[in-house]
Amino acid sequence: MSTTIVSETAAPATPKRRRDSFLWLLNGRLALGLVILAVFVLASLILPFFCPVDPSQQATYLKNMPISWDHLLGTNAIGQDIFWFLIIAIRNSLTLGVLVGVGVTIIATAVGLSAGYIGGNFERVVMLVVDSFITIPLLPILIILGAVIRGNSSFLTVGFIILIFGWAWGARTIRSMALTLREREFINMARFSGAGTIHVLVREIFPYVSAYMLVAFINTVLFAINTEATLAVIGLSKVEVPTLGSIIFWALNYNALFTGNYVWIIAPIVATVLLFLGLFLTSTGFNSAFASKRGVQ
Amino acid sequence: MISLNDLRISYRIGSWVIPAVDGVTLTIPDGCIVGIAGESGCGKSTLMKAIYGDIRSPMYLAGGSIDYGLKSSDGRPVTTDTIRREWFKSISYIPQSSMNSLNPVKRISTQFTDFPGTDSNKKRVLEKARGYIGKLGLPPEALDSYPHQLSGGMRQRIMIALATFFQPELIIADEPTTALDVVVQKEILMLLMEVQEMMGNTILVVSHDMGVHYQVTHKMLIMYAGRVVEYGDTESVFADPQHAYTKMLIDSLPAIGDDSMRGVLASMAGAGGDRAYRVEPDLIEVKPGHFVARPSLSEGVAV
Amino acid sequence: MTVILRTEGLNKVYRQGGFVRSRQVKALNDVNISVESDRPVVIAVVGESGSGKTTLAKTLLRLETPTSGQAIVYDTVVTGKGSTLSRHDFLGLVQPIFQNPFEAFSRYRPVDAYLHETARRVAGMDEAQAEVAVAEALRNVGLDHAEVRGKYTNQFSGGELQRISVARALIPQPKLIVADEPVSMIDASRRMVIINLFKRLRDEAGRSFLYITHDLATAYYISDFVAVMNKGVVVEFGPARQVMGDPQHAYTKLLLSSIPTTKARWRPRKAAA
Repeated sequence: MSTTIVSETAAPATPKRRRDSFLWLLNGRLALGLVILAVFVLASLILPFFCPVDPSQQATYLKNMPISWDHLLGTNAIGQDIFWFLIIAIRNSLTLGVLVGVGVTIIATAVGLSAGYIGGNFERVVMLVVDSFITIPLLPILIILGAVIRGNSSFLTVGFIILIFGWAWGARTIRSMALTLREREFINMARFSGAGTIHVLVREIFPYVSAYMLVAFINTVLFAINTEATLAVIGLSKVEVPTLGSIIFWALNYNALFTGNYVWIIAPIVATVLLFLGLFLTSTGFNSAFASKRGVQ
Repeated sequence: MISLNDLRISYRIGSWVIPAVDGVTLTIPDGCIVGIAGESGCGKSTLMKAIYGDIRSPMYLAGGSIDYGLKSSDGRPVTTDTIRREWFKSISYIPQSSMNSLNPVKRISTQFTDFPGTDSNKKRVLEKARGYIGKLGLPPEALDSYPHQLSGGMRQRIMIALATFFQPELIIADEPTTALDVVVQKEILMLLMEVQEMMGNTILVVSHDMGVHYQVTHKMLIMYAGRVVEYGDTESVFADPQHAYTKMLIDSLPAIGDDSMRGVLASMAGAGGDRAYRVEPDLIEVKPGHFVARPSLSEGVAV
Repeated sequence: MTVILRTEGLNKVYRQGGFVRSRQVKALNDVNISVESDRPVVIAVVGESGSGKTTLAKTLLRLETPTSGQAIVYDTVVTGKGSTLSRHDFLGLVQPIFQNPFEAFSRYRPVDAYLHETARRVAGMDEAQAEVAVAEALRNVGLDHAEVRGKYTNQFSGGELQRISVARALIPQPKLIVADEPVSMIDASRRMVIINLFKRLRDEAGRSFLYITHDLATAYYISDFVAVMNKGVVVEFGPARQVMGDPQHAYTKLLLSSIPTTKARWRPRKAAA
């Protein structure tokens, strides 16, 4: 029996809930992360309009030209402009990452919330499926699939496969969150107010998991881009399509390090690291912003 | 023995400053049980933490001082900064929830031997402990158990045993029986009174239950909004409360066999005027040993 | 006379432990109480932790299903053997008030949303009727709708939140309100406001209450009947004045003598040095 007495007077010192401005969110980490991401997103959305030719077309320019005002990062051994190729690559990688992220988050949330809240045999069956997916190792499967389909798969097939194996972990986490939330008194209150299961999931439980979902989404984006890049580097993705990984693949294939075209291999690596940094800072920034908000309240 | 001199303790949260203890000047005598009463948010727990020396961010000492009247092992007087070293030796603490204070994966015996500066011979310490907890009504096997194997009442007895093992001069009990059932509560309170009579030390008991205060304490301290409202012998305070807030606290609980409307009227009065009970920090002696504070006429919003 | 509350052979057994070794805990052990009356009543169930009083409340609220036996509220079998009551009808008959006012509402929703929901879903009202009903219910507990509208749980005190909970419970006009330790988390001096509200609602609005508590004093003040529970068993039951004024069972006597009152001292207190 817990009979801790709680304060009778509403804490007068708590600042009034700021529902309009989101300034409480911004801490140093989050701000920096968002700035980096904004640069990438804007660059990949706007710059392609200024692109003179299709950068994936080969032999457009003279090979291995150094950095100049015509070619901001020079050209590579295939005769492509590195800078524009990189921009398109970033766009493709980001698109893949976001699409997979959205898909994974939606599926994980739907499965996790319903399993956690409804419970019983439904939960047992669902968690059995979830756990099976979790234990299947993604990379070996992808490598095998890639080797089998080799180059004939479309860029989006890779994304789809990442989606299939990526949702399970989030589902498990959200399900445990739903389990604890299910026991809380306001759920009973909602049920005695006549709320049905769907209503309880959406109006009562969902707001409590939304903070986690945001962080999970960003992490999934990171994971998807990373996995695709890994596959591309070992040549198992459709490497004609410009992505961060495929640049590295071609650079390695043409021995960029030995031929002296350092820009070709370093540029995508720097871009990838910066992008991941931006995603990581945003993710942890949100995490600490939510945590401190909970602390004050 | 302990003198509080215009003590002010505040919390800093972001850009907000909350004055939890707002000017307390008081001398707590030796050898008695002093009850501290007041509702949540009045500052009593913060005051206890300050006396105990557990002042950590976001809490800070905003003004005033505490004079412990003790000397540490190197002969110098103990201050707020050095009181930590006296924990469990000259001063100890009985918390509200024993489950939060006992390590759930360690046996009780290790909690006794884990103290810094104890006899390095653990066997001897345990022998003494076994005998001691027997005096508190616990079976010797309790030492070998894990916390979850004991009932709430037994765990609280263990907390009292830990707190009194080294015979400290001051014990702070923060709502020691609030989480216990009423039958167990009576046993624990009786135990506390026996321990105090046996050792002759001072116990500060914080409770929101005026009945507990009446049964257990020699002197009473009533707090409101960070300041002391009334202070005096328990008998005197209950028989002839001087401040309206004290009267309200005493009257607001119905008793069995009491069919009057007292409780209702008292708490209706309490429910409305939060500002009505604010006082100045100084205490005036209106009867021998019985002090009360003057009402505060103009007090802006403190936060 | 209406059967306000009757439990017949109500049992609730929990299995504690793992797959191989387990033991059975009888949270409710053959509970038989019966209260019949023409007027609304307050029935108190007192006991310490582990007594089964909370399990009784949960069973009556259909948050737990009894292992055997049945419970009848206002001539209707609400749970257990032979219960055919639909969820919707049940919600119109029995409503709860829970212990922790700060957990009663979601942090992310305005508290009056729950009142509106109850009016529309349980009482079947439309938007306009709901507005009226919510304002009325809040007025009944001493609160102004304009002051409550759109605010969140952290903008109220514990006592206010409990009163809002009471208002919500009143909207579908239930015959019985089950209050599980409704004031134990509110400051001692402010409890009487809530307790007195129950009294008024019984006398003026005709609602019966099942008041679960460990606080004998408030139980005495407000109840018509008292059931004393210990380890899943009802050890004593009867009219409040009788049970508390002239207790028969040893446990009841023990309970009453353990309350720290301001009447007589357990030990003489010598004046301090």
